[in-house]
Amino acid sequence: MFSTIKTLFKYNKKFAFGFTVISILVFLAILSFFSPYDPKVWNLTPRDLPPSIQHPLGTTSMGQDVFWLATYAIKNSLFLSIISMFISRIIAIAVGLVAGYKGGSLDRILMTLNDSFVIIPLLPILILIASVLKGGLNIVNLGILLGFFGWAWDARVIRSQILSLREREFTYTARLSGMKTSSIILKEYLPFIVPLIMATAMNNMLWAIGMEVTLAILGLSSLEIPTLGTMIHWSVNSQSLLLGIWWWILTPVIICIFLFISLYMLSVSISEFLDPRSRLKRIEVMKE
Amino acid sequence: MTFFKRYLLPRIIQYLVVIFIGTTVVFVVPRLMPTDPIQQTIERVTMQGTYIDPDAVEELKETLKELYGLKGTLFEQYAIFWKRLFRGDFGPSFAQFPTPVMELISISLPWTTILLLLTTLLSWVIGNILGGLAGYFSHYRWARILEGIAMFIRPIPYYIVALGLLILFAFIFPIFPVVGGASIGSEFKLSWNLIIDIIEHAFLPALSLIIVGTSTWFITMRLIVSNIVTEDYVSYAQSGGVSNKEIVFHYVIRNGLLPQITGLALSLGQIFSGALITEQVFSYPGIGTLLYRSISTGDYNLMMGITILSIIGIATGVLIIDIVYPLFDPRIRYE
Repeated sequence: MFSTIKTLFKYNKKFAFGFTVISILVFLAILSFFSPYDPKVWNLTPRDLPPSIQHPLGTTSMGQDVFWLATYAIKNSLFLSIISMFISRIIAIAVGLVAGYKGGSLDRILMTLNDSFVIIPLLPILILIASVLKGGLNIVNLGILLGFFGWAWDARVIRSQILSLREREFTYTARLSGMKTSSIILKEYLPFIVPLIMATAMNNMLWAIGMEVTLAILGLSSLEIPTLGTMIHWSVNSQSLLLGIWWWILTPVIICIFLFISLYMLSVSISEFLDPRSRLKRIEVMKE
Repeated sequence: MTFFKRYLLPRIIQYLVVIFIGTTVVFVVPRLMPTDPIQQTIERVTMQGTYIDPDAVEELKETLKELYGLKGTLFEQYAIFWKRLFRGDFGPSFAQFPTPVMELISISLPWTTILLLLTTLLSWVIGNILGGLAGYFSHYRWARILEGIAMFIRPIPYYIVALGLLILFAFIFPIFPVVGGASIGSEFKLSWNLIIDIIEHAFLPALSLIIVGTSTWFITMRLIVSNIVTEDYVSYAQSGGVSNKEIVFHYVIRNGLLPQITGLALSLGQIFSGALITEQVFSYPGIGTLLYRSISTGDYNLMMGITILSIIGIATGVLIIDIVYPLFDPRIRYE
């Protein structure tokens, strides 16, 4: 595992970039535990201060320190996306494995269901749910909600992988030597799909954070909890741009951009790592 | 006949299932909530401070009861829900009582449809051509640069791109009008000036949708083409002396388009969601802005109407793409 990360880091620029940025962001998220300010309390600092030594990224119109607020925002947004990622992974793996391995009419039913979830525009439905639940939508609830909606595409990817594995010879060998279905899936197939799960997991985290930002901007999540979305929401709603308080709006926007790009790069580099052709190239590079 | 049975029938079933699941989710969600949705909604509406007709409140209670399925047994409520749906009746809007929801939606719908159709088609065409070229000529420097740019734009959500453009054009280069669909007070007579006005207002929302869309299609197309390039028929054409232009446009891109058409069908819902948000950023007078207004006024009927109609609209779009698909893929046509 660690040696894989090391080689990836050395030979894949995308992975190196993504990994470095994510590490920095995680470090910032950890810093939030040492924050001198409570993110939910207003007017702890003077308002609208531009960046200075005391407040490295300035302060907001509500008297909060932007830097420390951002550390909380990163922590909460990452936390939410991890909850969503875990729940959607469980559903996606279950659906993908069952549909791919069992096949037949069960596969057809599951995939029809699955495709429906892919096609349905999720945003209006999430907006409807969020506005019914308004106020009750804290980080954990939102993470769970997004988890239940974000599995469909990945279930399809896992299923097609299982379909191709099922036709491979080692499946017949295992089956004929009396291996149970559950252990074929767990011992033989899972190692093949773990990297695939990782790559789709990154994409799902990206999607969850993006959805949170969207819902928060529409004012549909718990706005007193600092996340990247609520930070943007407050700064847009307080007309920070018109007032020229650019440090307030730019901080969450730039963090978002870096977070999205780095997660995407990680996902892409893991997919490339899986691709046998790029693996050949990598061996050539390593030989040189 | 086999074409109908094998290809068309599953698609039509899928279409019906999508609509069924979508509307059922809309029906079920409010009932799963622990709180009393009717009381909550009325509280929220009155909390807005806007004056509401007492008649409207009564009507609101009634329609909410019906919409949330609190009249009769569960099955009866579900039947009523569908009956209303078939009539296209989503009840009156609460915020603009007694205007029917359908009327409000039908005013906004053309704006969104035109914007969405235009940007989706444009970005799909541009993204595929550029992606195909970059995939085929992948050893060139410009191909790598294009790929790098697309890589950086692709993961950024619509909202952030729209916000970035807003910051850029509103404060740094104030060329385009930043909000609205047409200048305030302009008459809706078909004239050259009006058309120019509308195009100017639609420019920024369209641009942000095209930027994100193009880079998404670019990346998938490049990946598809980089696989196609290794196929035997490409090397055969190359060694046979067919010109590069011919190979790219007649062999490579044409084959690469097939999975992209399927991809277009599958991502229509996501594109639509993105357009909703983009409209809201630029206050473009389409469905997205209407939806935002319904959120801020607690207008449930409107929200439900928009949700169900958008599900039906997207599902229909997907079905149309599926029906058109055999025109491009001879393998299905002649089966």
